[in-house]
Amino acid sequence: MRPGWPLLVAAMLGLGTLAQAQPQPARALAPDQLRSGLAFAGPDVQRLQADGFANPGMLWLSRGEALWAQGAGPRKQSCRDCHGRQAESMRGVAAQYPRLAPGAPQLINLEDQIRVCRSQQQQADDWAFESDELLAMTLYVTEASRGQPLHMSPDPRLAVHLQAGAALYQRRQGQLNLSCSQCHDQQQGWRLYSDRLSQGQPNGYPVYRLEWQKLGSLERRLRSCYAGIRAEPPPWGDLHMRQLALYLTWRGTGLPIEVPAVRK
Amino acid sequence: MQLASASGACLALGGPSRALAQQIGFDQQRTVADMLQRLVGGRPVREQGVSLTAPALADNGTLVPVSVQVISPMSEDDHVSHIYLLSSRNPVMQVAAFVLGPWSGRAEISTRVRLAGSQQLLALARLSGGEFWFAAAEVIVTESACVDAS
Amino acid sequence: MSQGLARLQWPVVIQAGDVVKVRLLVQHPMHTGYQQDMQGRLIARNVLVWLACELGGQEVFRVEPSSGIAANPYFEFCVRARASAEMVVRWQDDLGVMGEWRQRMEVAERKTPKP
Repeated sequence: MRPGWPLLVAAMLGLGTLAQAQPQPARALAPDQLRSGLAFAGPDVQRLQADGFANPGMLWLSRGEALWAQGAGPRKQSCRDCHGRQAESMRGVAAQYPRLAPGAPQLINLEDQIRVCRSQQQQADDWAFESDELLAMTLYVTEASRGQPLHMSPDPRLAVHLQAGAALYQRRQGQLNLSCSQCHDQQQGWRLYSDRLSQGQPNGYPVYRLEWQKLGSLERRLRSCYAGIRAEPPPWGDLHMRQLALYLTWRGTGLPIEVPAVRK
Repeated sequence: MQLASASGACLALGGPSRALAQQIGFDQQRTVADMLQRLVGGRPVREQGVSLTAPALADNGTLVPVSVQVISPMSEDDHVSHIYLLSSRNPVMQVAAFVLGPWSGRAEISTRVRLAGSQQLLALARLSGGEFWFAAAEVIVTESACVDAS
Repeated sequence: MSQGLARLQWPVVIQAGDVVKVRLLVQHPMHTGYQQDMQGRLIARNVLVWLACELGGQEVFRVEPSSGIAANPYFEFCVRARASAEMVVRWQDDLGVMGEWRQRMEVAERKTPKP
């Protein structure tokens, strides 16, 4: 590795890979081994996702588009009033989450940010976690990042959260005493009854999950995993779920964002 | 085996009451005759002219794509008036009833159904002349391996 | 007055006399009455009881679904196009809530011979 300006500049900018702070977690899956959940899904699910009309997630996307233009709060402000056209202003935005909230050192996901806009900017009534409005808006904002690759921001302050997420991912939990890694790193591609175990990638969220028969968030999916291993799911809004989401985003670097994704 | 499949069906539906679970026994699926009887009565019914398309192995029991096509000129004098989708195992036997007519142009419908476990699906077409045609298809529905119910 | 959320699709180019395949997607949870919520309480059954499509004022499709139709019901059906007209989809569920969706179907005069 050449010494000199590149290293010095990189160190000064605090780029993740060259930061002196903490080393990044070990990668169980190499970049060329990464596969979207779509690759593990059956033909009907794949066809459903590819169907631009009949994909059930499209109902939420339509709703999100309508909500974007809808005034709310005492000043009847809409998202469009501040942000203009979604395709331009929201391009690449979803791909930046989870990230640290501007001003506060708090790790937030896209849903959190939308709720903040809603309560602080629009001064409108809150959209609860997993409400159809929040899901629709999250999906609509994410649509502007369709096809963009997952990546973690090179913000050095995220390193401690990344490590926390990685530790959570490796920890055995619940009555079944399983860690995420055991199924989704070590046994991905194997069959559990007739289901193929996916890698647990976060590139298709919010997702239309057939099990839920509606759209749902990544946080809901992670809490479902906790229920699946018979562990107590953390409360909604918990930091650990955002740290885990951050780790998953880092782990899935390069996978294209799918909107609206359909999964079992 | 019987009990496992019945409880398997329970999981697929998200946990119905025990009484209902006992109703959906593995060996207690409705026969073709059972399914046809209520709608057809004593009228002529033939296994012809109907094409029922469903996956042999469903990805998931909550959403199974199904298509039905009936060979018919769909004229005023000769057309399909109704298409019924019937289930051998769901708690509700008649999944859907479609009303068509000469204005339809073609007797073709598609939809997405829920299947409470592996079973036989029936598509029953009622023709304007009063006769019935049908077709049947077997669909295997497997359980979700990781049951999180959330 | 539209109420509820649905999506309707048909080919962009339609000539009078064509048999057109209509695709319809309606937002509705279609609660079976067998599912439980996170507290273990049974979610009351609420499914579509009927759905009908009118084209230019004439009913061209009707379905009576049950809990056996998947959530967010999807239907495909055919209709012979005659002239440009508005398609109106109406539906009602177990709770009596009604929905409506309207979309205009543009039909051109026939240029090519009828198939």
